[in-house]
Formats: sequence, structure tokens, C-alpha cells
Amino acid sequence: MSYDVPIAPGEQPAEVPTGAATSQGWPLWEVFVRAKRGLNHTHVGSIHAPDAQSAVQNARDGYTRRAEGVSVWVVRSTEIHASDDASSMFEPFEDKPYRHPTFYEIPEEVGQL
Amino acid sequence: MRTVTTDTPLGTYLVRLADDNLVLGQRLGEYIAHAPELEEDLAIANTGLDHIGIARHLYGLAGRVEGDGRSEDELAMLRSEREFTNALLVEQPNTDFAFIMVRQFLFDAYQVPLWTLLSESANSELAGIAAKGAKEATYHLRRSSSWIVRLGDGTDESHRRVQAAVDGLWRYTGELLESDDVEAELVSSGLIAASSDLSAAWEGTVDAVLEEATLTRPADRFQLSGGRSGIHTEHLGLLLTELQWMQRSHPGLTW
Repeated sequence: MSYDVPIAPGEQPAEVPTGAATSQGWPLWEVFVRAKRGLNHTHVGSIHAPDAQSAVQNARDGYTRRAEGVSVWVVRSTEIHASDDASSMFEPFEDKPYRHPTFYEIPEEVGQL
Repeated sequence: MRTVTTDTPLGTYLVRLADDNLVLGQRLGEYIAHAPELEEDLAIANTGLDHIGIARHLYGLAGRVEGDGRSEDELAMLRSEREFTNALLVEQPNTDFAFIMVRQFLFDAYQVPLWTLLSESANSELAGIAAKGAKEATYHLRRSSSWIVRLGDGTDESHRRVQAAVDGLWRYTGELLESDDVEAELVSSGLIAASSDLSAAWEGTVDAVLEEATLTRPADRFQLSGGRSGIHTEHLGLLLTELQWMQRSHPGLTW
């Protein structure tokens, strides 16, 4: 089985065969759930749906049925552009500990920062 | 007309609503693993569980209201087909996805105004159950009506199937909005709203969605009824056989 997945810059789009084997062609959507007011929407997974309206409904039934959220965002997976080459993108920061705000205590009352 | 009663009109009425929800919940449960997509499977299972949850609350209340205090299980599992008083619409067997969505839609369009009015009931327990039911039914209706529009205003094939389902199920819709003597007494004491008072809301919802879906409202014609007095289509007996098998084979079984 093959699904459309996010394409990294510079990557060739994969051939996605159509037909019965591809879940009847329903596109993939990434689901973001806000657990409660004040928190950010967080990526929780993905679902298939024919359009945005039913994507929100399917996300609700797939990811919030145990009261996990108060708001849902969905976005077509193909609209997400991902970073590539972790060695040049992120490793340069690993030896720069002075950029970390680790030299003072965060009061507990601050909560979610 | 033969009327299936428990000991009190309120008990009789509550069992009708509970039977509607139990039977539809069972029908939706039968469809699990048969939906065209995993996501629809989950959504249909969720909807079915909502209906069964409401049925449990209603049976529980009915048991407390009626004289000999039958339990939820006794009401759900130990009554025969002729003692079930669900509407004929909800017992109609699953065929294709369009049919399942139309059956759901026609029922949701009835349950939303029903629960909304019952949330004002003079019986506070019933009002509480109805408030919960109203939220669930509002979501069910949003989902089922969006599918009616998507299928009706979709391909030639989906339009044909959803129109056939509307035409086939139309004859069972009148019964939802029928009132009888059991209701009359409860209406006058402020416990319930008459089913006939729901028709304006039901018609409004159904007409608006059918129009948006480019579907044709069937001509008003002969309407079947009988479910509220225990006279069912041949499909209910088979459903109950499966639903009740465990409790009938192992009496008193509990989880």
C-alpha cells in the first residue's frame, strides 16, 4: 500500500499508484490537536478524507474520542514541506550551549512556557 | 391499536426512545469492518456507541420509573420482538454506505429537535439525558448531512444510490412524527414534547439538506407505522436474535 507523504525539498515526488490498493484515492491529511486552551496545536497523526470538512470530522473521531482536545486543525500532507540533511541543518547548534537558557531557574508558577 | 406498555406512560415512552437508540446502535455495530474507509469505520462505531450509551441511560431511567423496576439488561435483552417499540426506520438492515448515511440522517434530523425539547422536561433525569443526547445528535446530524450533500452532489453513481436510499426509506419517516395516547398525558404534565411538534424542525432540516444535495424529496404517499405498538418489519427479529443470543443462552450473565 502506498500513500502520499510530505515531499522534502529537492526530493522527487514518489509515484503514487491509484486504484483500489491506494485507499480509493482519498488524500492524506495531517492532524493537529489543541489539548486545552492556552496550549499549541500539536501534531498527533494523520487520516484519510475526501475533503477538508470530512477531514476535520475524521480527525475528531480518530484522535479526540477520549476527550483529548478542544480544537483540531487539518492540513493536506502534501502542503507540508520538511527539512532535509540534519547534519548541516541542526548539528551546528549542538556545540553552542551558551544559547540555552539554562543559567536561571524557571519558577513553577510559570507553567507551560 | 395495540399498545405495548410498561407500567407507566413515562416508562413506555422512555423504552420507545431507548429501543430506537439500541436498535440503531446495533445496526451500526453490524457495519464495523465493512465501511469503505478505516476512518468511516471509526466514525460509524463512535456513532453507534453514542446511541447505545443513550439507550442505557434511558433503560435505566425507565426501570426506575416503572413499577417492577426491571434492569437495563432485562429491558434490552429479555424482551421479544413484539415487545420492542422502536420506530421501523432504525431496524432497516444495512445495505450500502449511502443507505446507512440516509437512515442516519433521517433519524438525526428527528433526534436533534427531540433532545432539544426534552432537555426542558419536568423530569430532571430525562432532561439531563436529553442534554447529553442533544450534543451527540447535533454532531451526528452534521456528519450525516455532510455525507448526504457529498454523495448527492457527487458522481452519477453516488447520486443514484443516495436518491434510491431516500426513496426507499421515506415510507418509514412519518412514524417518527406520530403522537398517540401514551404521549398525550405526558405532554400535558410537561414531561415530554409531542412527536408531532417535531415535524416542522424535521421537515426544515430534511428539505434544506436534500436541496443542497440536489436530491428530490419523494412525493408524500403511504407511510408505514407500527413500531411503537410492536408490529415490526421482518428484519427486527433477526437483529434481536443476534443481540440477545448471549443473554438468552447464558441467563444472568454479567461482565
